[in-house]
Amino acid sequence: MTITSPQAKGETEAVSYVVVRFAGDSGDGMQVTGDRFTSVSALFGNDLSTFPDYPAEIRAPAGTVNGVSSFQIHISDHDITTPGDAPNVLIAMNPAALKADVHLLIPGGLVIVNSDNFEARDLEKAEYEANPLTDGSLRNYRVVEIPMTTLTQRVTEPLGVKARDAERSKNFFALGLISWLYTRPTEPTIAWIEKRFKDLVKDSNLAAFRAGYNFGETTELFDHPYEVRPAKLPAGEYTNVSGNTALAWGIVAAGQLSKLPVLLGSYPITPASDVLHELSKHKHFGVRTVQAEDEIAAAGMALGAAFAGHLGYTTTSGPGVALKSETMSLAVSLELPLVLVDIQRGGPSTGLPTKTEAADLNLAMYGRHSEAPLPIVAAYRPSHCFDAVIEASRIALKYRTPVILLSDGYLANGSEPWNLPDVATLPDISTSFATEPNHTAPDGTPEFWPYLRDPETLARPWAIPGTPLLMHRIGGIEKEDGTGNIDYTPANHEKMVRLRQAKIDGIARDIPLAEVVGDADAHVCVLGWGSTWGAISSAVELVRESGKKVAWIHLTHLNPFPANLGDLLRGFSRVIVPELNGGQLCRIVRANYLIDARSVSKIQGRPFMSAELVNEIEKEFS
Amino acid sequence: MSETAVRVTTKKDWMSDQEVRWCPGCGDYGVLQAVQQLMPELGVVPERTVFVSGIGCSSRFPYYMNTYGMHSIHGRAPAIATGVAVARPDLDVWVVTGDGDALSIGGNHLIHALRRNVNLKILLFNNRIYGLTKGQYSPTSEVGKVTKSTPFGSVDHPFNPLSLVIGSEATFVARTHDLDRKHMMGVLRAAYEHRGASFVEIFQNCNVFNDGAFEDIIGKQVRGEMMIDLKHGEPIRFGADGHKGVVMGGDGQLRIVEVADVSPDDLLVHDAHRADPALAFALARITHDEHQATPFGVFRDVKRDDYGHLVAAQLVQASERKGPGDLAALLRSNGTWTIG
Repeated sequence: MTITSPQAKGETEAVSYVVVRFAGDSGDGMQVTGDRFTSVSALFGNDLSTFPDYPAEIRAPAGTVNGVSSFQIHISDHDITTPGDAPNVLIAMNPAALKADVHLLIPGGLVIVNSDNFEARDLEKAEYEANPLTDGSLRNYRVVEIPMTTLTQRVTEPLGVKARDAERSKNFFALGLISWLYTRPTEPTIAWIEKRFKDLVKDSNLAAFRAGYNFGETTELFDHPYEVRPAKLPAGEYTNVSGNTALAWGIVAAGQLSKLPVLLGSYPITPASDVLHELSKHKHFGVRTVQAEDEIAAAGMALGAAFAGHLGYTTTSGPGVALKSETMSLAVSLELPLVLVDIQRGGPSTGLPTKTEAADLNLAMYGRHSEAPLPIVAAYRPSHCFDAVIEASRIALKYRTPVILLSDGYLANGSEPWNLPDVATLPDISTSFATEPNHTAPDGTPEFWPYLRDPETLARPWAIPGTPLLMHRIGGIEKEDGTGNIDYTPANHEKMVRLRQAKIDGIARDIPLAEVVGDADAHVCVLGWGSTWGAISSAVELVRESGKKVAWIHLTHLNPFPANLGDLLRGFSRVIVPELNGGQLCRIVRANYLIDARSVSKIQGRPFMSAELVNEIEKEFS
Repeated sequence: MSETAVRVTTKKDWMSDQEVRWCPGCGDYGVLQAVQQLMPELGVVPERTVFVSGIGCSSRFPYYMNTYGMHSIHGRAPAIATGVAVARPDLDVWVVTGDGDALSIGGNHLIHALRRNVNLKILLFNNRIYGLTKGQYSPTSEVGKVTKSTPFGSVDHPFNPLSLVIGSEATFVARTHDLDRKHMMGVLRAAYEHRGASFVEIFQNCNVFNDGAFEDIIGKQVRGEMMIDLKHGEPIRFGADGHKGVVMGGDGQLRIVEVADVSPDDLLVHDAHRADPALAFALARITHDEHQATPFGVFRDVKRDDYGHLVAAQLVQASERKGPGDLAALLRSNGTWTIG
């Protein structure tokens, strides 16, 4: 695709980054607008990070603050890790959007409003007592009022578009305007509109997009456009990817890398459903997807498929994990490979379905009856979801164990450029099935013992139906090690409990040691896991730039922990643990390693801002 | 149905080395004997056969079969077995369950496995009681049943298992009982030969917690007058010399009549292959309580594509359309740009 620079009326001012937030009613198409701005910025070569932020209701009452849907994007000419603390620009399509999001802006930030939507009724729905455009409450911002609806109607009227239908194109007017303001190439957006829409809708959207662009260029409302030059990222071929897409592709990849057919059992749940949607498109990779009757069945189908020799997955969010708990316990007892993906959201119960949280660590670690340990892997950025699910699958296959992979809503829906891996360099995670008897009975008869373990990994053999001579029965009842026969004897039960634990503990020998980023000789260490990676990364960088020494350890493996974690943490006098929960990892490391770690906790359905973490890190120097 | 060359097996090949641990006198023994005896006759082999069960007395069944087997969790056997059957349409997958397991805690999985027509042979051992937990009422227990959890009698209206499964779009529905091995083997053979989900209710006696639950129907003294043997294509008659029969009244209601009182043409002719499930449903509902004549045999046996094959067919179609999966191409499917 060729990229041409648009012509600008004034001097274009180069800026190193910008954070733009599109906000409107749920039906205003703000997610589409944000996606298009993201896509064109990615193709332009910026580094970027996005944060879609939308309500749980599909169409909350129009014009209310509850119905505001936003999309924040951070684009830059350098490597970035977060969608930005505070937007430089807010596009507010109605008073509710303004009310919901204007406080997020930097002081002096630019507010572009659709002034057509600031009638008395609109203000009333947003519960504004006075018009914020005239009452002086926005005096700390630069406000540009544009009648986007009227302008869109005017430009589409000659095409024969009715005024009401033209309303639906006004988000493309906004996109055109912002595309001019940030010197985005127009061709990719025009090509996308032409491909995506038909007939009058296509013409209407194209006209609105061009009108918005031209409006920026010809009016005197803005001094000049800005330019965010392409980022100097490492060489490579890039695509823009969201966490859920990367996860689905990672499952496809794990099937290829293990040379096993894949079966996903899943039940629709926000924010995990997109993994089911994406995977169901890729049947030609030998991927079976079943939308089960409920969460329990989804896990059961994946486990049944694993028994039959497939790579079984089940994807869900917190409420679904709770329902699958008994099946996971069975998988622990059966010692079969299975990957449960938990895309965490705010809870408890229905909680905040569309908002992010990382409060299922305790559930993953302890959320099964009795002693039922299993490995836990956590993804830390959208593109890492690809590698993380391959790693979870590797552990599941090698150790014949269920594994929980933790992602969250922020990673799932956020996107970033991904330097694509050479598929030839991806790890071989293949395993072998048992093919012949592994034991000899006292009378000399060859026999198969389903729980005769590999002495190194403690994994049991995986003998799949269809294999002659290896017929065996497994179940949830306690069994004798080796034979797998039902065995209730006290000593055997303790032996089996300890064996299952030892098998999981032993995985620590097979995962990378924890690494210290930043200053290894610092007194202060930040310990993180999951999606806090982006905010911690930029906060640590900012504090170090100010001349202070800070160390940072970010965990991908949460059970077992890397073997050196305790020793590393004991080497720092201060350890802080930022988490989007009440302090779950912090309590675990305090208990495991007897260190005086401090929890930094945020539970608002939103990711950390870098500034918040800078503040928390600096407290450790006072 | 197995794709391997048929190897001759004997009953002994199907018996595991585990000691059978049901209570002496339990009806489950009869079912186990029938299944182990039937398998060699079906011409199938143990390594391509899988038994999946849930929790309950009957769910110990897989341990006693020398096949692949899984004793899973309460109520979930149809879901887990669906995973096995969808992953591997080449296998014969049997589900062994009970009235509590299938109709109470696992009701959802049962109805959905049937609606999808997963290639499962589901055997529901109905003893109208919870045995393993030592005697609570079940979803098939009669109103008024006095049990440990209903000291003043149950006020729960029971399920009629067959009308439930017919309502769940089941393609094969049958009933047999634990006192007649020949009849059971015939029904199980028909269930096996049906491609898709087969549901068989087995009246099974729990001699410890609900002894004689079906005695008024299948007891040797009474069964001649109480059991209605359904045969496809034949008028429905039963009793000594077939003196009783079933007719459909002008109101659509099925009634039991003395054959002598009606014209032979009025007798209802059983049609298990009829696409419309209304007749099978009416036959399932003809028995209002345990003291009335009750139909046995195959109620319904209709053809519909099984789920595992439909899922597999979509994989084949996708491969034909798109070629084999290319991972590198997939990662580039949303557009890429190059730096450096």
